[in-house]
Formats: sequence, C-alpha cells, structure tokens
Amino acid sequence: MRSEAVVDVPHLGRPATRVEDAPLLQGRGVYADDAGVKPGTLHAAILRSPHGHADILAIDTTAALAQPGVHAVLTGADVKLWGAPFAVGVRQPMEHWCLAVDRVRYVGEPVAVVVAEDRYQAEDALDHVKVDYQPLPAVVDPEQAAREDSVTLHAAVGSNVVSDRHFSYGDPASAFATSDRRVSLKIRYPRNSTTPIECFVVVAEYLAGGQGYDVLSNFLGPFAVHTVVARALKINGARLRLRFARDSGGSFGVKQSVSTYIALLCLASRKARAPVKWVEDRYEHLTAAGCAPNRVTTIEAAVRSDGELLALRYDQLDDCGAYLRAPEPATLYRMHGNLTGAYRVRNLEVRNRVVLTNKTPSSLVRGFGGPQMYFALERLMQRIAVELELDPLDVIRRNLIEASSFPYRAPAGAMIGSGNYQKSVALAVERGGLNELLERRAAARREGRLYGIGYTAIVEPSISNMGYITTAMTVGDRAKSGPKNGAITAATVNVEPLGGVSVIIDSLPAGQGHRTVAAQVVADVLGLCPDDIIVNAELDTQKDAWSIAAGNYSSRFAGATAGAVHLAALKVRDKMARIAANLLQTSPESIRFAHGQIFAYEDPEHRLKFHRVAGATHWAPGTLPAGVSPGLRETVFWTPPEAAAPDEHDVINSSAAHGFIFDICAVEIDRTTEQVRIDRYVTSHDAGRLLNPALADGQIRGGFAQGLGAALLEELSYGADGSFLCGTFADYLVPTAWEVPDPVIVHLETPSPYTPLGAKGLGEGNNMSTPVCIANAAADALGVADVQLPLTPARIHALLAVPDPPPSKVVALGPRSQVQAPTEQADATAPRAGPGFSMQGSIDLAAPPDRVYATLLDPTALAKVVPGCHSLRQVAENRYEAEVTIGVGVVRTRYRAHITLSDLDPPSALSLSGRGISPLGSAEGGGRVRLAATATGTRLSYDYTVSVSGKIAAVGARMLEGAAKMILRQMFERLGRLAVGQELPPPRASWWQRLLAWLGVRA
Amino acid sequence: MKPVRLDYVRIEHAEEIFDAFEAYGADARILAGGQSLMAMLNFRLIQPQALVDLSRCAELDYVRVDNGHLCIGAAATQASVEWRTTLATEVPLLKLALPFIAHFQIRNRGTVCGSIAHADPSAEIPLCLSTLGGEVILRSREGRRTLQATDFFTGMLTTAIAAGEFVEEARFPLATAGCRYAFDEVALRRGDFAIVAVAACLSDTQITLGVGGVADRAVRKTWPRMAQADLETALNDFAWELGAQSDNHASAAYRRHLVRTLGHKLLAGGLG
Repeated sequence: MRSEAVVDVPHLGRPATRVEDAPLLQGRGVYADDAGVKPGTLHAAILRSPHGHADILAIDTTAALAQPGVHAVLTGADVKLWGAPFAVGVRQPMEHWCLAVDRVRYVGEPVAVVVAEDRYQAEDALDHVKVDYQPLPAVVDPEQAAREDSVTLHAAVGSNVVSDRHFSYGDPASAFATSDRRVSLKIRYPRNSTTPIECFVVVAEYLAGGQGYDVLSNFLGPFAVHTVVARALKINGARLRLRFARDSGGSFGVKQSVSTYIALLCLASRKARAPVKWVEDRYEHLTAAGCAPNRVTTIEAAVRSDGELLALRYDQLDDCGAYLRAPEPATLYRMHGNLTGAYRVRNLEVRNRVVLTNKTPSSLVRGFGGPQMYFALERLMQRIAVELELDPLDVIRRNLIEASSFPYRAPAGAMIGSGNYQKSVALAVERGGLNELLERRAAARREGRLYGIGYTAIVEPSISNMGYITTAMTVGDRAKSGPKNGAITAATVNVEPLGGVSVIIDSLPAGQGHRTVAAQVVADVLGLCPDDIIVNAELDTQKDAWSIAAGNYSSRFAGATAGAVHLAALKVRDKMARIAANLLQTSPESIRFAHGQIFAYEDPEHRLKFHRVAGATHWAPGTLPAGVSPGLRETVFWTPPEAAAPDEHDVINSSAAHGFIFDICAVEIDRTTEQVRIDRYVTSHDAGRLLNPALADGQIRGGFAQGLGAALLEELSYGADGSFLCGTFADYLVPTAWEVPDPVIVHLETPSPYTPLGAKGLGEGNNMSTPVCIANAAADALGVADVQLPLTPARIHALLAVPDPPPSKVVALGPRSQVQAPTEQADATAPRAGPGFSMQGSIDLAAPPDRVYATLLDPTALAKVVPGCHSLRQVAENRYEAEVTIGVGVVRTRYRAHITLSDLDPPSALSLSGRGISPLGSAEGGGRVRLAATATGTRLSYDYTVSVSGKIAAVGARMLEGAAKMILRQMFERLGRLAVGQELPPPRASWWQRLLAWLGVRA
Repeated sequence: MKPVRLDYVRIEHAEEIFDAFEAYGADARILAGGQSLMAMLNFRLIQPQALVDLSRCAELDYVRVDNGHLCIGAAATQASVEWRTTLATEVPLLKLALPFIAHFQIRNRGTVCGSIAHADPSAEIPLCLSTLGGEVILRSREGRRTLQATDFFTGMLTTAIAAGEFVEEARFPLATAGCRYAFDEVALRRGDFAIVAVAACLSDTQITLGVGGVADRAVRKTWPRMAQADLETALNDFAWELGAQSDNHASAAYRRHLVRTLGHKLLAGGLG
C-alpha cells in the first residue's frame, strides 16, 4: 500500500496550455544557434561533392588556407588519422567516415571542412579548395542497384545489397497454395523527409589534456548513436559530452543525423585547435541531412473469395542511400513485429533486402518505416476489394483483430495490448459522416466528376524495442554480438530546499510539449499544481541519467518517459510520506498529498506544508527517520519487460505499445487542373490514455499535414546521374496552411497494459496512415491500380491518359524558329526524373561545311565558339583545358573544363564534348555535330546529351533544360558567324555578348 | 548560404544609380524588392561587386495614370499596385493576376519592375505586360528608351537591358472599353511558381491569350474571334508552339494540357 495524492480533477488528461509556448511566441526561445559561444570560436563551412559517384584523385587545400581568416581545412586524411568509420548495423565490410575518404558516393557528401573566423570567410574559401574528381557511373534506382551487373558502391562488399533476410511465420506456403485467390501489387514509395524549420547546429570543442570533446548540438537521440559517435572518435562515451539547447525547432526524427556532423566538427575543432561552430543551411539540409528511404515492395495476399486474408507475403527492397548510417537498416525492421497490421491473418512471409545507391544516406524520419509498409499493405487491401468486387470497408472490417483477442500476439511478434478496432471504425464512420460522403460520391459520378473514397486501418507502434534492429542479423550473428533489447527511459524528480520541484527527462523535446505533460504528471502525484514544477529537458550526457534508448523518437514520450516521470515522482512521494508519517506519528500509508500540503487521511486538519517536509531532507537530515537518506532526488530507469530480444524464430515484439488508427478520406480530382482536393479527412485514434488531449490533437494535425505532403507534394528527386534536384523549398514542396484541411479527429481510449500510465504513442500515426489513405481515395476516384506518390497533377495526367493530340500543322517552335521540335514521346506520360536531358536541333549557317569544320578544329576559333571562354589550352590533339564562364541571364559560374573533339569525320561530322566543375557544381555535355551542305551554306544539326549536378541542379532544376538549350544554340550560332567571318558580337544583341564583353572576350 | 563580399549602395535619387554604374561597371546589380535577387545572392548564383538599392528612392516610388497607361515606377511594390483602389477599372488583368504572385509578404517587398527585370518565364507580371502589349522604359545617363514588352523580354532571365541602364518604369495599357480580361494559373501549391499561367483579353473582334511558365518567356497570341471548334485547334497548335519542357514537377504533356484547358476556360466564355 502506498501514500496517495488527493486530486479533485487530475491534471493529467486535461488540455493544459503548453508552458513552452509563451517564450517561443515572444521570440524568447533559445535554440542551439542562439546559445552563446566562447570567445575564439571559429566557424565551419563544408565542401560537398557535386558528383553522385566519383573517385577523389587529389585535394589541394593550399589556396584555401591562404584565404583571409582561414585557420584550418579538414580533409579525409585527417579523419583517417584521428577517427574511425562509423559502426554499421549489419556485418559488412563497408566504411562510412564522417568525411569522404578516397571516394564520394552521393551529391552533398562532405569532402572538406574549412574553418575560418566567420562563416562568410569559410564559404569564400570553399571555392579555393581544389578537388580533382574522376566521375564514376552512378546508380540511383534501387532495383537496378540490386542487380548483379550494377555499378557497386562499396567494392569490399561486392554487391549493393548489404542485407538479405527471409522470414516465415505460420504456414504461408500452404495458405498460398490452397487459397481461392491471390492479389498482388508492386509499389514504389518515394524518398521524402520531414523538414524541421531549424536545421542542424553543432558547436564542438576538442578539450586539452585528453579530456575528450564537449559538444553543444541539437542531436535528439536515439542515444545508441552516442556510442557510435564516440567510437568513431576513438574515445569512450564518458569523454564525449553532448549538451543540448533549451529549445529545438523541430526534428521529426531527422535531427538524429546531426550525429555524423558531431564527429566531423569534433575533428575540425581538433585540427583548428579552437571550438568550431557549424550551422547547416537549408540547401545543405535538403541535399544531405538524411531522409526516409524509398522502398520498392511487392506484396501479395492469399485471400478467400469473401475477402478473408489467409496469408501475406512481402518482398521489401529498402534503398538506404550511399551508406548504412546508424540506426539503419532500422527503417525496414521497425514495423517488423506488426507487419500484419490491424489484421488477424496468421501466415506471413517476408523477404527484406537493404540496397545502397548513390543518394543521401537515409535516417530517422517521423513514421519511420510505417509509411512505406502501410502503403503496400493498405493499397493491397483496397486492391483485394476491387479485384474481389467487395466493399473496401467490408474487407477491412472482416479482417480486423477482434476486440476479445487482446492482448494479441501478432505472428511476427508484436504484443498488442488493447483496443477495440470495430468500435474505432464505427466512431469514424458515424462522426465522420461516411454516408454523406458516399452520397456525394454517387452524385459526383453521375455528373462525370472524379470523386473517390479511401480507407486505411493501421496499428501504430510506439516505444521502440532497441532489440528490433538486430532482427536484421541472422540468428547466428545475433548470438555472436549478444542479445539486445529494451526501451529504457530515465527520469529524475528533484525537490530543492525551498520545496520547489524540478524534473529532468531524457526525451529532448522538439516542440511536442513534453515539459507541460511531465509537470502535469508530477503535479498529480505530489498534490501540487503544474505551475509549481519546472521541467528541464536539456540533457547533458555527463550529468544526467540516460541510456541508449533515450531521445526523441518512436513516439516514446507519453508511453515511456512520462511513465518514468510518474514512477520517479512516486519514489519522491514515498520518501516524503515516510518523513511526514514520522512527524505526524502515523504510518506512511495514511499520508495524503493535496494542494501543496501533506496530512494523514484520518486527521486531515493536522497539515504539514510540502516544502517543510521536503526541506527537512536538506536542512535537517538529523531529524529524518531511520533508514531515510538525506536529499530528495529520485531517478528511475524504466524499460517495458515485454520488450524482449528477437527469439530464435525471429519473433520480435518490436515496440512496447501499439495504438490503432482508422482513416477515411474523400477526394475530388479536378478534370481541368488534375489536382487532388481533399473533400474530407476523418482520422480515428486509439492511443490509450490521453495525457493531454490538446497536445494529442496537435500531434495528429502535424502528422496529417506531413502525410498529406508525402501523398501530394514531397519527393526528393534525383537525376539518373545521381544529381540532386530539390535543393530549395521551391523545389521540395512542403504543404502550407493553405494546402492542409482540418481533419475530423475521433478518439477512443483503451489504456495500454504495458506502460505505466496506460498511454500509447500517437506522434507518427498519420505519417503512416495518411499517405496511403489519400492514395486509396485517389485510386478509387481514378479507377486505377498503380498509384505512385506524390500524386502530382502531372502523374494524374498520365494516369488519366488524357489525349495529347498533335498540332494541326507544322508549328514554329517557341519565340525563335531555329530549333526543331524535340521528340516528345519520351515525356508524354510522366515528368522526367532528372536533368540529364537530350537536345536536338539544327541551324543554318552561311558558310560551306568544310569552313565550319575547319573553324571547329582551330583552337583560336574554338575558344571563341565555346561559351564564355577565358582561356583554352591544348593538352593533346583535339583535347583542351579551358576556363569558361557559363550561365543564363545574371546567373553564371566559372568552370574548369575539359573539351574533347573526337570521332572526326571531316567535313561532315564530329563529336564535341565538355566536362567541367565550378563552385556551383559539375556539368557534362557531349554529342554529335553533323554538317550537311545546303544551297546557302551548311545545315548544322546536333544531337546532344547534357547533365548537370551540384548546386545549380539542386536549386535551378526548373530552368535547367531551357537554359542548356539556350546555351547550346548560342554556341552554334557563334560557330556559324565565326565560320563566315562575321564580326562578333553585335552591339546590344543579348546578355550573352555583353557578358563576353565584360570578360574581355572579343570575337 | 552566404553571399560573396559586396558593397551596398543605397541611393536616394535616380541619378545616383549611374554613379554606381560608373564606379562598379557591369558588376553592379540593382536591388529593388530583393525577392528573387537575395536568394540568388545567398546561393552565390550571382556574385556582383555591388548592390545598388533603389527601394527607398522616392522619385521612383509611384503608381500613376499617364497617357493611357498605368505607369509603375521602379521602387513601387507589387502590394502598392494590388491595393490601389482604382486598379480594377484601370488594369483589370493586374487586379486578377497579382494575388497569384507568391504570398502577400513577398508582394509587400517585391516590386513590379523588379519582376520585369528578372524575367522569370513563370512570373505573372511579365505575362500581364506581354499580354496587354505594355512597355518598359529603360533609363541610362544618356536618356530613356521605351521598349515594347515583346522586344524587352529576350529569353529566360534575359532582357534587352543594356549596360548602364535600369528599368525605370513599366507601362500597362489601361483597360479598353468593351474588352474583358481573365487570368488563371496552376501551381503545385498556392503561391508557387506557375506550371502554366494564362492571361486573356477578349474584345468584340479578337481574342488574345498570353501564356507563362511554358516557353522561355511569356508568349501571347491573338486570333480573330472564332468558332468553338476552331478555338480547340488554335489552342492545341499554340500549346505545341510554346515548346513545353519537362522538369521534376511537371511533364511537357501536362503543360500542353493546361494550355489547352486553362486557355479554353478563359476564352470559351468570350466566344460569340
């Protein structure tokens, strides 16, 4: 029996206003970038690879070091000397260093760090670090990368598939063999992210005397990664002190990837012999911070003709980018225990492969594995209904786990403690007005409009069992490395000498309101008001209680951390009850806490003030009863006992709690713009006990907005050459308030038996359910099976197969009439994947072919033909090195270029190619030039391929093709004029000639 | 994402611009609202020696009617035009188009002449100017010259501005009696760069359609009034003439579709 708090109305469960808001709304938040730095702190800028795949032949830092204010330049050689590669979650011989060593494998990979007195100087000096790259073929498509004949990223592994595991639960083979029907679907889930407003910040200091490193950053866990960073720095964890700022401008998991930069900046500080600060900018973030892996899944179901699921078979290929960065391949395994979703199907077969490609390494992203997995499963459920001519809602209902089955052990291991899925569905149908939506759909379809309704039922896991990641290893490998499990959380409740209560938590909030809820929890236990309690979430790894599962991820706060806070507060209360019982001459069990006072329930008039009892532990330890220690500070480490390691059959309870979501989405697709409009979105949640309903709804709205972004707008696009195309928020489109409707939110609360307060996490559910629910609605509206996200209007245009009638006559193309119509067949169905594009055209020149040909072979003339050529030096026959400035309008950049003439066939054809690198990235172009005699001279026709990578591709993708065409056309126009001996340039003809004039180039 | 080191010159009188041009040559850039320029500077896509800020030059901050045109000075913001109470009767097309430009915060700083000088192929203001047959006044130390919009815009981000000149004024023809105007665009989000933007002007005798976001600049086409079936053909031919390209947000085929469907939406009502 225990002491109690007498609570009229508990604070927990109230929609309390967030204590975090007032300072943030007044601009008084303290983010990592706002925290002051020591005098003498230097600033870093990072040189990044413009290539998707290239060998680094040489790095010359001499010129950069000579720039004003530059103190040091860190390169791969330093990192090899002082550091070690990051530990990897699968047993494979691949090395991932915090700075590229010998080879770059994705656009944006750090290649060098310039440390200077301010960021401006550091960025200025970046342009002076000379890196010689030997570009290599890149692979960006996961299926292509998985093939044996693919370009390989890590030679020592010998394959891009770094993990390939098979699992079987129940008897899937028999179920498939005997089922009435099979329904299958192949899906490609795109690469996307959940972009926090605040980018990464690291302030790192190398401490003298072997004391290690002191770091302030906005890394938010999981703290298993702390050990990865410490090992990469070749120190023990105690010597890596990580500290955190009070506020964080969002994480959504992505902040986990600060970790690689912590190692990088620690070494930069070591080299510069000073503290070093680095703030990631948006371009760096979008390019290289990390993102959710894209995934190709083939999913198949064995079903009875009435829609009963008999077995599921997944073949998942997760594309983790260029390196497997800890905790990957966790995205693929986070959902492992609950791969059967909300359904009672018992037979499951899984093949999981992890493939590496020339893209940014994946990382934690809100939803973590759920969006990819449920996109496959819930699209399949819709397809089962379509193919069996059943109602999709009936197919879901038929297969839901029964309310009487809880606690329910899913075949792959998830222990689902509670729920009433049928009731959650019924609430959504009723409060969401499904009947009205069905009527709207019928009416719209009568009018020929495109209206559809989608449903999604999912289980939302929370509080990750750290052991699930080891499911990626074979049973044998797991035995070698020892069992891993648990979801440890730590909380400390401290009462100071005046009776003030402070709480320390290990969850590092990024805007969720953890401090508000923790205060509500403690207030109820100690009979205080939340205002009496201060919560500190600025974890300091050298001072505070933490373990490897600490951090802000896997929706672990409400279920785990708030529970640990509750348990720590109980320990404080028990201790105070013993002291009070001694003073009141009663038993501790009789002691009650209420309204800041302590009393015995049998004598409520005789009261002690809370601060007097607490004060005794500080001011008068001699008065404490026997066995009560001085001080009043209690720390609790808690882990759910159910979070066991995977067993020898790969059964794993991958998360401690499992909530439930059922969503209904109604969309209309406009036939003119082919855009998706959400007519209504209904989302029904069972997250167990709601600790603060206002914050819960905030989580749901935020997850819904991000899910909607994933469904309709967001994709981190790459070109086939590995170039990255979304370096700004004008290219990577995040929904704004305008695009996000307000969802109808419905709650059912069935408390979790596995968490101290009965709460289940709900922070990620809509990231998992919303993308596929919108896709199901769109599939219903369009009547198609293959729906790929994001559902941009161009994709819908292709799905609708709207006719693209040819012109009625030969049309003049564009404002100028010299270019032939490009071949359009290739792009008729979908947007192109990248900036590698081909261009054909022709131009009539008033000189005979042999003169045009001779002009091209003449270096002096070539220097005038090549755009913006400052200098041209012959290095071999028909091979040149040149300095050229190329651009469009005012946007221009200087390239170091190699130009080659080859396959000469005078005077009718030759190949002209160029490859160059500039501070804005790399460019490569080449093709065949053909000359044919005409009555008036020569018709020059060209067939060119151009690819552009680096910053210019990442921020200018919208205009790249047009710009390249313009530059090429101008080049051949110049050739023509030069061949006939016309003087160049005519006055005021174009920006181009003006540019050349400024540069002193005279034709 | 920091600009290169550069000088910042704030001018109070238009003549001072030419002093800066003389001091810095072609490496001086005019800063007006900075809504495109600042991003390009921070990405180091442009690396000028100096910025010449005319945003506080009172003599360039005007919006007035003169000689059949709405004349907008170089320092006038888009918001100052948008909120002009008489705009709907003066230049109804601008009244319709301005709300599509990004977000109001951007229009509060962005200038009309800055958008014209920047010559983004997707921008709304150059599209309106081209569709209406407006003019641009370029001023240099030596004097002024007036260019038709079609002569001013020469390509993607490319104009006829010569060394030593700046865009002093944009001139939008006032509404013609009996003409009707329409504007529409499709962007992936409200306020984004248009995938396709269309502006139309319909009179008793002819129809004019301007299209932005497809070719390397806004392009306009004028037809005599015609029958519905002919319009479909004309729009389809126009859609192809614009030479649409694909990028990572939209395919060329989708752009052609939008030229047809948005063009139809704007023009069909005006057919007799």
